[in-house]
Formats: sequence, C-alpha cells, structure tokens
Amino acid sequence: MYNSNKVILGIIVFVLFFGMPFWLNLGRAKPLPKPELPDDEKECVESRAYMRAYHMKMLLEWRVKRVREGQVYYINSQGKSFRIGLQNTCMKCHRSVENFCNRCHKTISANPDCWRCHIAPEEVKKWQ
Amino acid sequence: MAIRRRTFLKLAGLTLFGTTASAGLGNLIASGEVKARGYTKASESLIGKRWAMLIDVKKCKEGKDNCKLKCIEACHSIHNVPSIPDKKREVKWIWEEKFEYAFPEQADEHFKQVFKDVPFLLLCNHCENPPCVRVCPTRATFKNEEGITMMDFHRCIGCRFCMAACPFGARSFNWIDPRPYIKKVNPEFPTRTQGVVGKCLFCYQRLAQGKIPACVEACPEKALIFGDLGDEKSEVNRILKERVAIRRKAELGTHPSVFYLID
Repeated sequence: MYNSNKVILGIIVFVLFFGMPFWLNLGRAKPLPKPELPDDEKECVESRAYMRAYHMKMLLEWRVKRVREGQVYYINSQGKSFRIGLQNTCMKCHRSVENFCNRCHKTISANPDCWRCHIAPEEVKKWQ
Repeated sequence: MAIRRRTFLKLAGLTLFGTTASAGLGNLIASGEVKARGYTKASESLIGKRWAMLIDVKKCKEGKDNCKLKCIEACHSIHNVPSIPDKKREVKWIWEEKFEYAFPEQADEHFKQVFKDVPFLLLCNHCENPPCVRVCPTRATFKNEEGITMMDFHRCIGCRFCMAACPFGARSFNWIDPRPYIKKVNPEFPTRTQGVVGKCLFCYQRLAQGKIPACVEACPEKALIFGDLGDEKSEVNRILKERVAIRRKAELGTHPSVFYLID
C-alpha cells in the first residue's frame, strides 16, 4: 500500500472523530424510560406487547373510525368492548400525560400533537 | 468473460423469485400487527338519516327575557368554545342575530317589523349539499352518514376555504390558542388548537350517547326541536307539514337542515 502511514493515521483520526458521540457517552447509557402504569388496572385494551408496539396505529385507526365512520365501540381480540376515546377511555386509567406518554416520547424525541386539542388530565386540574 | 444466455436467465429467475418471496415474507410479518377485532356502534345511540332542527321563532320571541339564551351558553360550555372579546377573532358555534342579517334576502318591510327584537339563533345549517365540503382540500370537513356536516379537526390544515364557501358564516377560525379564553373546561370534550376551523357538529358525541343536542336540551321554552328528516313519521316532518318554515338563503340550493318556524 502506498502512503500507508498517512492512510492508517487518517483512518484512526476518522474513527476517533466521527465516533465521538459514542466515546463520550461510553458507559453512561441512560436507563430505559419507565412509563407509569396504572395500579388498579392490569389489562389494557390489547396485550401489553401489542400496545407497546402499535398504540400509535391503533389510535390513528380509532380516530378515523370514531370521527369519520361513526363507530363508537372497539372490540378487542378477546371480544371485550371499549368505548373509543383518548380523553375519556385511555386517560381514565393512564391518569398522567407527563408520567405515561411523555416518558418514552421524550426519550425518542417523538412529538405527537394530541394534547394541543385533547385535554390532558393534568391540564384539567390546573383549570379548576 | 461474457455472460452466457443460460446463466443470465437463471439469475433473472432467481432474482424474481427472491423479490416475490421477500415481499411475501414481509407481508406475513406485517400482518402480525393486525389483531382480530371489530368496531360497533352504540346500542343507546340516536340514529338518524338526516338530522335537522326546527327553531320556533315565536317561542324565542316570547321567552327571550326568561331564557337568557341558555342554548348558546350550554353549547359553548359543553364544547369548550372560548369567549374571545375581540370581534375579529371570536369563535362561535351558535349565536343570535337580528332578522335582517339572518335573512338579508327577505326584503319585505313587514317582516322586519314583525321580527324586530326577536333573537334569531344561527348555527351551522348542516346543508344537504354543503359548499364547505366541496372545497375542503383535505376532506377534514365531510358529510357523515347521519346527515351531519362533520369536522375532523385532526385533518384541518386551516386553509379557510370552507369559511369562504359557507354562505351562512357558520364557521370560525381559531386565530389564537383558544385555551386561555375558556373559563370553565369540560374535560369530556377536546378544545381546538390555533389554526383550525370550528363549527357546530350537531352534538354528534351526544347523539352517540343517546342524548339530544345540548342547545335543544337547554332551552327552557322548548323552542328548539330536533329530529330526523329522513324518517317520515318524525316530529320534525309532522311539524313541517303543518307550519310555515323558512330556511336561510334557500335560493342558493344548499338545502339547509335548520328551519325557522315563523307562523
């Protein structure tokens, strides 16, 4: 290889420089966010794994079914039915946006705009 | 070495198989996210083919000192409609207006005199042929299967075409965040956000619970009558056959579902 000294040095500098975020944060990984789950309810609308992976798709489908197609109840895979509603169903068990939704959303920089119109349970307390 | 025809065909076949197989596999994995499930309507819901409202003007005239416009108050408090003092930015779902502004095309001087000092309640007319729906570029406003001109606030981009199209001024734009202007909040219903258009939705959420619209329920004079125009035997159809009713700007052909009983 021609100019092997320079090339190898270049590779080392490149790896060091571009890997900086990794080197600086080595061993300082933040713990995974732990959203606060309700104590009194063990079962969500669907299984925990399903909700964890697909809640956003479910909410998107809920809003279409409720607002545009006039459906009122969601029947889950076990045949149990739930009234469709973010404020009136989800947030009756998950009583905090800050301690439930935002814990994960903040970590992964997801910024859904649900709460600009829907009223978070915390907001209700502030209002009255 | 040039590639042989036979090798080329083999490779092409293999590629085709690989693509199909991977697409099929992808679908198989993705299908795992859809659970066995369904949706239903509520058994307690009021179901109609074309919801309509009759406003008995005589009762409004007689009861106006007594009622203090409880209909407006009920609607605005249930739906978290802000009370913004600035007229240019105000938001209203149902409001009162003088006869000559509600019915500018009725040029009859006699009418004006008869209806002087009568509060005419105005709201979205839930037209059968709504111009607002035709112009909405995102289909945020649409006609639902019960005849209600609905708003899907999730989709509204705030272009205000619907406001320009509506001949009745039934739509309000949220120029500013409405929340600071809501004194008492109803936690069961959302607010709106800055940059969306709002209007009366004929209380679709109450109909799903088996309740009549809030304004109709709140009126102490029973001047508002709610019912289904699609049902031949309904109260609204019976009254419309017997009494004189006018609609706002009927000549435009939008076929409003809000009628004013003037006899």
